[in-house]
Amino acid sequence: MHGVPLSWYLILSAVLFALGVSGFILRRSVITVFMSIELMLNAVNLSFITFSYQWKQVNGHIFSFFVMVVAAAEAAVGLAIILTVFKNRATLNIDDVSSMKD
Amino acid sequence: MDVILFLIFAAIAVICGVNVVAQTHPISSAISLIGVMGSLAVLYLLLGAEFLAAAQVIVYAGAIMVLFVFTIMLLNAGAEVRRGRSWIAQLLGLPLLFAFLGLMAYFVQQLFPSAAMVHFGGFRGGTPLDVGRALFTQFLLPFEVVSVLILIAILGAVVLARKELE
Repeated sequence: MHGVPLSWYLILSAVLFALGVSGFILRRSVITVFMSIELMLNAVNLSFITFSYQWKQVNGHIFSFFVMVVAAAEAAVGLAIILTVFKNRATLNIDDVSSMKD
Repeated sequence: MDVILFLIFAAIAVICGVNVVAQTHPISSAISLIGVMGSLAVLYLLLGAEFLAAAQVIVYAGAIMVLFVFTIMLLNAGAEVRRGRSWIAQLLGLPLLFAFLGLMAYFVQQLFPSAAMVHFGGFRGGTPLDVGRALFTQFLLPFEVVSVLILIAILGAVVLARKELE
């Protein structure tokens, strides 16, 4: 019987996660950094659902569902924070928002 | 058939994922991210997660990305200014990324030798019925807690984004 090896799904998930990490580190626009985080969350969701398939249980789906909910909450609050920062600083570059570092 | 579908949508996901990182304009990144999420929804369907495939399209590709695009438009975000990076990052970044990926692939292959094969329809426990039953019996407490979290997030977003009253 033909089918896709389970490890391919996990490797795809690892590739997407690595892309998210590199975007998170390399990019300077705060919105793109935020989108890289969403990309990482999606990669983890794919892993959860793949393992859910392997063990033939629905628990991975539930975890994935909760990750989605938390991602939605995080997006709402994070974008509100970005809006506030932009109102006060008039910049979207994360190098210019470094007063907590100094 | 499974292999063909997987390869097509995995390729779309990876290409769009590279595009998310490579594009300098945020709106191009956002559109690419929608591509990633759409192809991941198809992969969820192949894995038997019907409810989550629908939720992925509605919640992620619909609601969250609309929020992103709306913010990009509202802030009139332009293309990112390129700045010089340290030579270590330029020299080692890409090789280290590929080394990390190779290591991950090796571990995954070692941990999960190709005994398990994914067939479309091999797992039928991901219907809304099963997910709902698990959510409202075994995971009832986390579900209620997460609803409080959503409420807090709504309040936080409203408080953060409102106009300052003098």
